[in-house]
Amino acid sequence: MATTVTNLGLPGSVPQQPQKPGDNYLNHSRSILSWAFTLDHKRIGIMYMCGVLAAYALGGFFALMLRTELINPEPTFFKDPVQAWRFYNHMFTLHGAVMVFMFIIPAIPAILGNFALPLMLGAKDVAFPRLNLMSLYCWIGGGLFFAFILLKGVINVMFPGLIGYWGNGGLETGWTFYTPYSTTTGDSAVTEATLGAFILGFSSILTGVNFIATIHMLRPRGMTWFRMPLFLWAIYSTAVIQILATPVLAITLLLLCAERVLHIGIFDPAMGGDPVLYQHFFWFYSHPAVYIMILPAMGIISELMSVFSRKHIFGYKFIAISSLAIALLGFLVWGHHLFVSGQSALANAIFSLLTFSVAVPSAIKTFNWVFTMYKGDIRLKAPMVYALITIFLFSIGGLTGLFLGSLSTDIHLTDTYFVIAHFHYVMMGSVLFSFLGGLYYWWPKMFGKMYNEPVAIIASLIAFIGFNLLFFVQFIMGAQGMPRRYATYPAHFTIYHQISTMGAYVMATGMFLVLLNLIHSLLKGRQAPANPWGSNSLEWQTPSPPPHDNFPGAVIAGDPYDFHRWKFVSDEEGWVPVEAEADIDDDTNKAAH
Amino acid sequence: MIPTLAQLGKNIWMPDQASTYGPEVDFLFYFIYWVSVAAFVLIMALMILFLVRYRHRPGHSAQPSHAHSTALELTWTIIPTFFLIAMFYWGFRGFLDMATPPDYAYEIQVTGIKWAWSFQYPNGATSNELHVPMDKPVRLILSSQDVIHSLFIPAFRCKKDVVPGRYNSLWFHVTAMPPQREDGDSYFDLYCTEYCGTGHSTMRTKVFVHETASFVKWLDEAANWVVKEKPVVAGKKLYQTKGCTQCHSDDGKTVIGPTFLNSYGYEHDFKDGTKAIVDENYVRESILYPAAKVRNGFDNVMPSFQGRIKDVEITAIIEWLKSISDKGPKPLEAFPVAPDKAKAGAATAAPAADPSAGSGSAAPSTNSTSGTVGGSSNSVPSSTPATTGGSH
Repeated sequence: MATTVTNLGLPGSVPQQPQKPGDNYLNHSRSILSWAFTLDHKRIGIMYMCGVLAAYALGGFFALMLRTELINPEPTFFKDPVQAWRFYNHMFTLHGAVMVFMFIIPAIPAILGNFALPLMLGAKDVAFPRLNLMSLYCWIGGGLFFAFILLKGVINVMFPGLIGYWGNGGLETGWTFYTPYSTTTGDSAVTEATLGAFILGFSSILTGVNFIATIHMLRPRGMTWFRMPLFLWAIYSTAVIQILATPVLAITLLLLCAERVLHIGIFDPAMGGDPVLYQHFFWFYSHPAVYIMILPAMGIISELMSVFSRKHIFGYKFIAISSLAIALLGFLVWGHHLFVSGQSALANAIFSLLTFSVAVPSAIKTFNWVFTMYKGDIRLKAPMVYALITIFLFSIGGLTGLFLGSLSTDIHLTDTYFVIAHFHYVMMGSVLFSFLGGLYYWWPKMFGKMYNEPVAIIASLIAFIGFNLLFFVQFIMGAQGMPRRYATYPAHFTIYHQISTMGAYVMATGMFLVLLNLIHSLLKGRQAPANPWGSNSLEWQTPSPPPHDNFPGAVIAGDPYDFHRWKFVSDEEGWVPVEAEADIDDDTNKAAH
Repeated sequence: MIPTLAQLGKNIWMPDQASTYGPEVDFLFYFIYWVSVAAFVLIMALMILFLVRYRHRPGHSAQPSHAHSTALELTWTIIPTFFLIAMFYWGFRGFLDMATPPDYAYEIQVTGIKWAWSFQYPNGATSNELHVPMDKPVRLILSSQDVIHSLFIPAFRCKKDVVPGRYNSLWFHVTAMPPQREDGDSYFDLYCTEYCGTGHSTMRTKVFVHETASFVKWLDEAANWVVKEKPVVAGKKLYQTKGCTQCHSDDGKTVIGPTFLNSYGYEHDFKDGTKAIVDENYVRESILYPAAKVRNGFDNVMPSFQGRIKDVEITAIIEWLKSISDKGPKPLEAFPVAPDKAKAGAATAAPAADPSAGSGSAAPSTNSTSGTVGGSSNSVPSSTPATTGGSH
């Protein structure tokens, strides 16, 4: 196979690292301030990881609380049913708000994107490193404020006496802030919470701008658009949505605050407004936001399926273009959230048709992933297990979307647990599992440590079983008519809720195992080789963890999915380029002379 | 073939349907269901087949094959597209049927209020449970007093948001009588499916279906029962059916609003710093203009009942409120009679006062001391314990 082409990749075409051995971005400088003011995309990615995973733990805790509350129709935590309902209403709102704004939207772009994107481009950093740091601080500031406001409300419900001390707080409007409930409810800190979401939105916009500029300006020699790793295509498509849609959310939330504080009457019918207008504004952002969540996940799956099948990704161009197609079509389908709101039958029909059009690129991707395995040499490492689980869950999540895209079935199913189950299969099943797959995949590169493979796989299976217990029954109870956002429910749904709650605890067990495994890896993990997976994208052609400057010089890229030049060397437990020995000898000889 | 296959999934997925367009919805549901099952099985079968055949093992390595095939790409673009168009088409057709009520359908006005439903019939009768005639087209005109609600009757496969500031409507034509339930009544469920605040999950009620003759009879009784009943009895029923129980207890317990027990005749403090004694006009004002006097320690969340309650109903409620207050009027027997007759009268006086005031005076002691968990929580979520029309 064309050795001259693959030879263009590292390390053959790049001078040897000039720096001292053992120096990497983690220990390049050690003070706290060197982290706080770092412009290094890798460090920013790691700091995002700490924050976003903390947010995930918080959102997960809320989820366990609300599932526990639903284990019986009777209140679980409180004697007084009203207090229990308020607690539940806070819990489901907080779970949604924290998971959406602080976990799923930033998870893959901000953590894995920040860490891997410049490395995959063979670049030294993103195009605007200072902007990147600013987006991190927007996230931290907005996130801390948001979390504080939300938690205050829960504490108020548990200890009503505190309201007199520090005032109202919290949010029990649902993460969707539907008017006029959100503009008239007295004991929610809607204004403060939307401000938090507003700031978080800026973080998202700045990250998107940065990634688009980076991908346009910093691609290395040899990396044409159609030679980019598909993860970059996905991140690029995501960034397009981030900068086009997020400002609409910001405007909507500002209007909401104006309505609440100044009573200007945009949404509240009592003041001449239209509450459904709010839903149009809100979903014009929030539906594309669903693709902000899922597109990067699809990018990760494309990488993992190819690398661990040792096969070139099948249908590269179709996958790349379907990412863009999903991003653009995603802007045209928001109205499917309003099928029962009373919007016109014509609008319903148009939005239903457009919604089905999104199903086509999703189907294309799925079949391409599966066909990548054909005639491969499939290695069931943890990232691959996560990728296969994701395809399983995404198939269910995608197919159940068909019930909700069809008008007549949607009328019955919307606002029931069927919808809850559907979007958790897509947003949590697919995004979370592919995020974890990506995290395991890039973990050795991030920290230079391997994780424990059997534990990782066992944890993934426990989480997988728990997830299906948790959400599959919700399809059934939703079809039976169980409405969403109910703190108490008719007794005949009890058995479904109990299975679901049990699944939540099984899933949480799996997540704890994941966490323990990662911590164990940091403390006692085996030293990771530069390329533990035999991947051919550029980030694997620099040491693990990478040096401060990523690469010693300009990089020349080849086809990211051509694995022929990599050979597994068992005493290093990693992959080395077939021709590397000879080339390195040549280079060192030249340098010596 | 599809209908037979649909039988396999019956009762696991969709509940029994009871409206004219129900079968259409269920047909599409099971069509998508079986297409999805087939697609899922296909994807998983390929995945597992490849996983087993091409797993990494000694002596096995990746074999060259095409990394691209336009024919295959077009195959899995075009075949799904056909299925998607079919789904869209049937969904749209079913939706048009649901969106187009027949001419001259029977109309019922529906009002959503935090957290109860109010149904008003053409003859002026109102109820908090929905009563509909069997085998007749019925159109519901939906409006909301406060925030967005959504009316959902799973058995009829219908749902529509109830939006303040505009009228929405939906229609159905009932084709089957409801099943008998655990509590002995026969009804379908009706849920609020748009989150509307603290009591959202209790904003559910029953749908009773009558044959035409009994529907007419029910309508007549529903319009006139208040004047035919004793005011105290009518007042209690109104309290139970107008949605008051969501926020006001009659046993001394604080739910969302103040309790009605021992309220009449007592003085209360208000948020604006004023005070007043509860009398007939106070009650009337609180029902029609709830924001006028807001008790200390409570929020101004009560919707106005203006236009949804008649004077005769307010009067009945006032009479009932008096009956559960120890400052209410006493029956004649309770008054002291001439001393020589007092001995004989005392034995009968106490029991005579009991039926009206007794339920109230016994309850507060149990609630304030223990507030038994199971008992109290069971009683509150079931939003409307007694039925007015169903029992008639």
